[in-house]
Amino acid sequence: MNTSTRYSTVAILLHWLLAVAIVGSFALGTYMADLPFSMQRLKLYNWHKWAGITILALSALRLLWRLGHRPPADLPMPAWQARAAHATHGLLYLLFFAIPLTGWAYSSAAGFPVVWFGVLPLPDFVPVDKPLSETFKHLHELLGDGLALLVLAHVAAALKHHFIDRDGLLDRMRLGRH
Amino acid sequence: MRPTLLLYAALLSAALLTPAAPARADAKTALLADKSELVFGFKQMGVPVEGRFRKFEAQLDFDAKKPETGKIAFTVDLGSVSLGDPSFDKELAGTPWFDTRRNGKASFVSSGIKPAGVGKFDVAGKLTIKGSSRDVVVPITLAQAAGVGTATGSVTIKRLDFKIGEGEWADTSVVANDVVVKFKLSFSGL
Repeated sequence: MNTSTRYSTVAILLHWLLAVAIVGSFALGTYMADLPFSMQRLKLYNWHKWAGITILALSALRLLWRLGHRPPADLPMPAWQARAAHATHGLLYLLFFAIPLTGWAYSSAAGFPVVWFGVLPLPDFVPVDKPLSETFKHLHELLGDGLALLVLAHVAAALKHHFIDRDGLLDRMRLGRH
Repeated sequence: MRPTLLLYAALLSAALLTPAAPARADAKTALLADKSELVFGFKQMGVPVEGRFRKFEAQLDFDAKKPETGKIAFTVDLGSVSLGDPSFDKELAGTPWFDTRRNGKASFVSSGIKPAGVGKFDVAGKLTIKGSSRDVVVPITLAQAAGVGTATGSVTIKRLDFKIGEGEWADTSVVANDVVVKFKLSFSGL
């Protein structure tokens, strides 16, 4: 296949790695928030934070890569669909940063600094402040739910292109050489 | 409550509380609670967590010229622990941790005070928490100003020595065994 019709290998790897990490973190975050106090809950919260910071770091890498490597040209589609797709991608990128950052701020404001993988202490960029931590918590959840909806739209649109329009859209992001 | 009732209540409290003061007349000093603090820190999966005890008492009999004859007795109301988060505080009062229903207080009773430099002393004694006792040596620094003596210091203890965090919580990879206890105790008449 012509390379110009596909995303670059690095972009494809980052896309799927982050897809798995983001869906996993969302599921974990949704599950753990309703648990009663327990050691399991404490562990899950830490794992969720570690995953979130990893997503933030990989998203930064991905954004830098994206700025330096143009994606393949749009497949033929109505202009409104192209605009909607680009707007969705822009919002997704925005949330890849906003959600980990609000989670980090929530943790810091609650008085629990984030220590990445239990080893690397990250700086607190907000003070310890209970009402502020509640604000960040709600923002983190709200943005997370927004991301979930955008991801559903993104997946539905991709499947519609591939299986209804049969325009081979998924091949652009497919893992492997075919 | 009506104002007069409030007044009676206040008078009654005063009457009940007043005799307590002369009972401690043998102690030459008195702890200034609002100028004292007892905090502790530990790591939870690498995350530093700090807490404090809001209620504690100390009886000190100490003469800086004759430190060896000094004595200190210190008790901490374990139920006054706070990590600044209500769900954590409730958990800490429970059986695996302080079990405050059966162990209301922790105590430290000195057995010997040794000078260790200018304004510094090593206080040896027995620390008892949750029915377990350990001998510890607590290095303190004593500063005196305007009739108030302030002892500051810190000591690292192993929480499992005192069965703080039992069952699954004994796992030190989640909650570290080392707990740093830091204190500032201000006494009048020192």
